[in-house]
Amino acid sequence: MIPEAKIEAKKLDFYYGHKKALNGISMVAPKNKVTALIGPSGCGKSTFIRTLNRMNDVIPGTRVEGQIIIDGVDIYSQRIDVVELRRRIGMVFQKPNPFPKSIFDNIAYGLRINGIKAKNKIEEIVEKSLQEAALWDEVKDRLRENAFSLSGGQQQRLCIARSVAVEPEVILYDEPCSAIDPIATAKIEDLIQKQREKYTVVIVTHNMQQAARVSDYTAFLMLGELIEYGETPKLFTNPENKLTEDYITGRFG
Amino acid sequence: MERKFDEELNNLKEKMMQMATLAEESITLAVRSLKERNEDYAQQVFRGEETINLLDIEIDNLGMQLFALRQPMASDLRLITATMRIAVELERIGDMAVNIAERSLELLKQPPLKPLIDIPRMAEIAQQMVKDAIDAFVNKNDELARSVCGRDDEVDDLNEQIFRELLTYMMQDPKTIEIAVELILVGRHLERIADHATNIGEDVIYFVKGKTIKHHFEV
Repeated sequence: MIPEAKIEAKKLDFYYGHKKALNGISMVAPKNKVTALIGPSGCGKSTFIRTLNRMNDVIPGTRVEGQIIIDGVDIYSQRIDVVELRRRIGMVFQKPNPFPKSIFDNIAYGLRINGIKAKNKIEEIVEKSLQEAALWDEVKDRLRENAFSLSGGQQQRLCIARSVAVEPEVILYDEPCSAIDPIATAKIEDLIQKQREKYTVVIVTHNMQQAARVSDYTAFLMLGELIEYGETPKLFTNPENKLTEDYITGRFG
Repeated sequence: MERKFDEELNNLKEKMMQMATLAEESITLAVRSLKERNEDYAQQVFRGEETINLLDIEIDNLGMQLFALRQPMASDLRLITATMRIAVELERIGDMAVNIAERSLELLKQPPLKPLIDIPRMAEIAQQMVKDAIDAFVNKNDELARSVCGRDDEVDDLNEQIFRELLTYMMQDPKTIEIAVELILVGRHLERIADHATNIGEDVIYFVKGKTIKHHFEV
């Protein structure tokens, strides 16, 4: 059955003002597995993924009910240090968002603010992170160049390198490939599949084939409700719910 | 909502059903050739097989193309997979009908051994199994598909019976061996047709329920 949970949502409701965006979501993201969230636009998948590292906190007028348990601790409880939480739970966004700094400094920045000062230690982690993001070979001779000189796909891998540099436990991807070309997409998908060895991954994607390719578990959301959750091969070959069937076969969109 | 994709899936299904109709006909024609000692029917079987083979290739190509271009999922995926598997079974059924027609032509060279009763009966059951399996597919009727799988034993029993009976002829008179062996082979071919129909029934259950029951394996 479903292995040990890294993240567990329990009866999670989410409100933007009076509007309820998530309605009683209960599901897990198993440890060292890739969990994909799919569903039509406005179904709440991005809202949901942003509750996992409290990114929604910065949006005024939002409210959470229910629980998000990570390693047995409710991350919405009073004693949680949100900055530390976001170090443990990294995030990669739809559009690559490197800092307006050099390639090197994009990664070194997070290390420095996390208290790593030794130059050789920083260099070592920068290289290791770029290797892990399959970008090292392409940028090793131009680390001092501005990050915006990279292509979109390279920038996105730089963002992945930046997120893994601080040794997170979970990586959240919010439509990481929607702004990049198919070759770069394939590279990032390959990365995500390898990342499950070290991290727990949660990915929101509009591309169902991408969910099918990279994930172990898939959750299908619609209008803020969890319609179906299960092992990816089962969900895409023989879904239980008629709504899931209709959505993944393109009978409605 | 009707999708453009549905047209392509219907095209694939229609080809398969055309193939099924031809396969059923060729069983009837092959056994009729045998029973009525008629060469024309056998020739019709040979011609039918060519069309069956062509359709088999078309279904294969179309199915692969839909996989590559449409990345089908859920019931679409199961529909294409099941159709391609069923086409393989139908192609084999066509081959078996050709084998029976060939036996029939051999037997025409000899005087009849005995009136044929069990072989036509067996052919009728096997053909009905193929027909029901395809109907089950069209109507997404997994109960009917299961009943097809259940009828396989009946055909096996008849085949045994035919074999034992012909054995007694051969023991009584070695001159009958040549004819009896041909008829035993016909029984064997019909028994194989029923096996292929059973496989189709299993494919239909996979298509309708997403469940594998092949090799007595229930998930």
